[in-house]
Amino acid sequence: MSDRPLVQLSGISKFFSGARALENVDFSCHSGSIHAVLGENGAGKSTLIKIISGVLRPDTGILNLDGAPMEFANPAEASAAGIVCIFQELSLVPDLTVAENISLATPPRRFGLIDARAQRQRAEELLARIKCEDVDPNAMVRDLSLSRRQMVEIAKALGKNPRLLILDEATSALTSRDVETVYGLLADLKADNVASLFISHRMHEVERLCDTLSVFRNGQHVETFAKGVRSDRDIVRLMIGREVDAHFPPKPVTGKRAPHLVVEQLRWENRLKGASLNVGKGEIVGLGGLDGQGQKELMLALFGVLKGVEGRVAVGSTSGVPGSPAVAKSGRSRIALVPEDRKTEGLMLPMSIADNLLAASYSKVSRGPFIDPALERQAVADGIAKLQIKIGRPEDAVATLSGGNQQKVVIAKWLMTDPELILLNDPTRGIDVGTKQEIYRLMRELADEGRAILFYSTDYAELIGCCDRVAVMYDGAIVTELSGTEINEEAIIAASLNIDATGPLAGASA
Amino acid sequence: MNSLLSSLAISMRQNRGFYGALFLLSAIYLIYNILHPRGFSSAVFVQNANESVAIVFVAMAQTIPVLMGGLDLSVGAVMTLASCIASVLVNGSPLQIVFGMIVTLASGTAFGFANGLIIVYGRLQPIIATLATGAIAMGLALFIRPKPGGDIDGDLNWALTNSLWDFVDTYQLFDPDALWFQPIAWIPTPFLIIIVVAVVVWIPFRRTVTGRTIYAIGSAEGPAYMSGLPINRAKIAAFTLSGFFASCGGLYLAIQTASGNADITQAGAYTLNSIAAVVLGGTSLLGGIGGAIGSLIGALILRVISFYFRILSIDPLLQPLVEGLVLLAAVSLGAIGVLRVKNRLDLFR
Repeated sequence: MSDRPLVQLSGISKFFSGARALENVDFSCHSGSIHAVLGENGAGKSTLIKIISGVLRPDTGILNLDGAPMEFANPAEASAAGIVCIFQELSLVPDLTVAENISLATPPRRFGLIDARAQRQRAEELLARIKCEDVDPNAMVRDLSLSRRQMVEIAKALGKNPRLLILDEATSALTSRDVETVYGLLADLKADNVASLFISHRMHEVERLCDTLSVFRNGQHVETFAKGVRSDRDIVRLMIGREVDAHFPPKPVTGKRAPHLVVEQLRWENRLKGASLNVGKGEIVGLGGLDGQGQKELMLALFGVLKGVEGRVAVGSTSGVPGSPAVAKSGRSRIALVPEDRKTEGLMLPMSIADNLLAASYSKVSRGPFIDPALERQAVADGIAKLQIKIGRPEDAVATLSGGNQQKVVIAKWLMTDPELILLNDPTRGIDVGTKQEIYRLMRELADEGRAILFYSTDYAELIGCCDRVAVMYDGAIVTELSGTEINEEAIIAASLNIDATGPLAGASA
Repeated sequence: MNSLLSSLAISMRQNRGFYGALFLLSAIYLIYNILHPRGFSSAVFVQNANESVAIVFVAMAQTIPVLMGGLDLSVGAVMTLASCIASVLVNGSPLQIVFGMIVTLASGTAFGFANGLIIVYGRLQPIIATLATGAIAMGLALFIRPKPGGDIDGDLNWALTNSLWDFVDTYQLFDPDALWFQPIAWIPTPFLIIIVVAVVVWIPFRRTVTGRTIYAIGSAEGPAYMSGLPINRAKIAAFTLSGFFASCGGLYLAIQTASGNADITQAGAYTLNSIAAVVLGGTSLLGGIGGAIGSLIGALILRVISFYFRILSIDPLLQPLVEGLVLLAAVSLGAIGVLRVKNRLDLFR
C-alpha cells in the first residue's frame, strides 16, 4: 500500500432537490488495497461511487487522482483515467453479443472497421481469465442468465485495465463458484497494485476480502479503519448511529390472532427461495431486510403479478396464488397493494385526482355500464376526507400534488376497495415527516378495524415503531421473525446482514 | 466445417425473424415463378426488380431509425424530394448526369442530417420531428416539380432498368456477347444496384462504433451511455444514413419512370410500407434487433405479394386486405416471446 492515495475526495457534497445524499465527505483509497464501503440503505454509498466514477458531479468538493484534481464529465472520462465501475444495474446491452459488449466502446479495429475476430479473441482471453470459458462470445447477452451476465460485466471491466475497480454489490447474483473466482481475481489485482472499492452487504465477504473498511451513515463518512480493529457488533452500531425517533401510535396489547394470510415455501425464479410467513387479522407485520432480498417479489407474487409462483398461499377462506391483480383485489381475497414506485406503478400522473382515486373501484360507482356522476363525486369526496388529502380541485392532474399527497391518493384508492389484506411496499419513501405520521396512524386504525397489513420498509425505525411483528428477509427467504421487545435496530440489522450480532464484543462471528 | 455449421445454427437462433423472412420470400417467389407463364426468365426478373428498388431502399432507410427505437416518417417524402431533384438534374452530358446524381444523393443525405440535428439538439421525439420535416420535404418537392414530368437521360433509363447485357450494350463497355459474361448477363441491373449499395454501405457501417452504438441505443440507452458510447453522434448518423438510402430510392424511381412526381399519397404509402417491410424483415420496433438486409427481404416480400395479384387474376382491390393479413401473421409470430415473460409488469416496460 502506497502512502499517497490513488483517489482522494475532500469536502464532497451532493444534494438531490434539497435532500442530502452526501455532505462534506473526505474519503481516500490506496493502490494495492481492497477497501470495503459499508452503510445502511440510503447512507450515501451509491452516490459516493457515482461521483468517483463520473456518473454524477459533486455540488461541492474536490476529487484528486494521484494528487492532481480531476473533473469527470461522464463515465467514459473516468474509465479513460482508469476508474472502472461494475454497477448493480448492469451496464450491458442485451441485444449485442458477449464479445461486442466486452469491447463495446473501444473495440479492436482494422482499416477503421471493427475487427470481429480480434474482438472475439479478446473476449475469449478475458473470459478465460475469470474462468468463464463456458460463455460463448457469440451468444447474445439477453440469452444469458443473470449470474453469467454479471461475469461478462466483470470481464468488460477487466478489459479496461482498471487502476481503481469499483464493485457495487457485484457478487450478489453470482454462483458460489464464481464468487470464489472473483475473490481470486481481486487478490491478483491487489498484487498488481490495483485498488478495489468493494460495496457489499455480506459481512462475511467483507471480512474475508477487505483490508480496510469505511462506514457511511446518512450521507456522511463516519469512520475508516483497518480490518480487525472493530467487531461486527461495533460495525453495526456505527452503521445505525443515533437517530431522532418519530412518533408512532401505541401498539395494542393482544394475544394470539387467527392468521388471515398464510404463505408457505413461496418460490419464484431465483428471487424467492421458500419464503414462509403469516399475518393475522388486525395485525401489522413488518417486512425487513436490505433492498432487493425478495421483499418486492413477495408482494408482487401475492398480488398476482408474477407468473410461475410455487408454494402455498391462503388468504382468509381462499387459497392459491391469484392469477392477476384484478383477481387479487376482488372476490373473497380482497387484497390491496401500495406499490414501491408510486409514479410508475401507483398513479396515472397526467390523469385527474378523481380518476386516480376511482381507478381500482369503478364498479362501485357504476350503474350498469355507466359511471354515476353523483356516486363518483361522493366516493371521491369521501376518499379525500378520510385521508385529509390537500388538493385544489379533484379534477386537477395528480402530478400537481406533493409526494406525500400523491402517496395518500394511492392509499385512498386502495381503501375504496375495502381490502382485507393490505400490502404496503415502502409507502413512506420520499415523503415528509408529517404525512409519514399520518400514515402510521392510519395503518394502526386499519389494523384495529380487523384488516391484515404486511408492511415493507427500508427504514428500521418504522418497523420498530409500527409493527406487531417483523419478518426479516435475506436472499429470498425469511430468516428471522422478531416480536415484542425483540424488535430493535441491532437485531434487525444483524438479521438483515444474516450475521449473529448477539455474540461476544470482540472477534469476527460470521 | 463443423464450427461453420454451429455458428450458422447460432446465427439462425439469434435472428429467427430474419431467417423466417428469407424462407418466406424464397417460398413465395418460387411459387410465383412456377405459376407465372414465363416464370424463371430474365424478363420477369428484370420487371420484378425494377418495381422493387424504390421500396427496398426506403425500407432500408426506415430500418436505421427503427433500430434506435424511433420511427422516421419522412422517408417517403425524402424519396419523393430526391426523385423531383433528379428529374431536373439527371440529363445532359455524362459529366452533368453524374453531377446531377451526386447532387440528388447529397440533398437527401443532407435532409437526413438535418433531421438528426433537430432530433438530437431540439430534443424532439423522432416520430413527431420527422412528421414535420416530411411535410417540409413534400413542400420542397412540389416547389421543384409542381406538375409531374421531367427530363431523364434516355440511355440511363434503359441501361438501369434492364439486364446487365443491356447495360453493357448501351454504354459499349465491351462485347456483351462475350462467352465469360453469359453466366451473369441475365442479372437485372437494378438487382445488382441494391446488392452493391447494401454491401458497400450497410455492411461496413454495421462494423463501425457508430453503427454498434445505434444498436446499443435501441437495446438499452442507459448502459450505452454508461459505457461511454457516442450517443448523439450515432443518432445524427442514423438519420443521415436514412436520408441517404431514401434518396437512393428517389434517384432510382426518377430514372425508372423518367420523371419526377411530387405525389403526397404515394410518399405516404411508401413511408407506411417501409415500416411494414422493416417489421416483416425481423427488425424489432422497440429497437436493438434486426438490420437493413432484413428490411430488404421484407420489402421484397411485400412486392412479391402484389405480383401475385397480376398472375392469379384476383381483384386488385383485395391487395391491401391480403397485405394486412400477411403483416399481422408475421408480427404475431414475432410476439411469441412474450409468453415467456415471468413478471407481468415487465410487459408494460
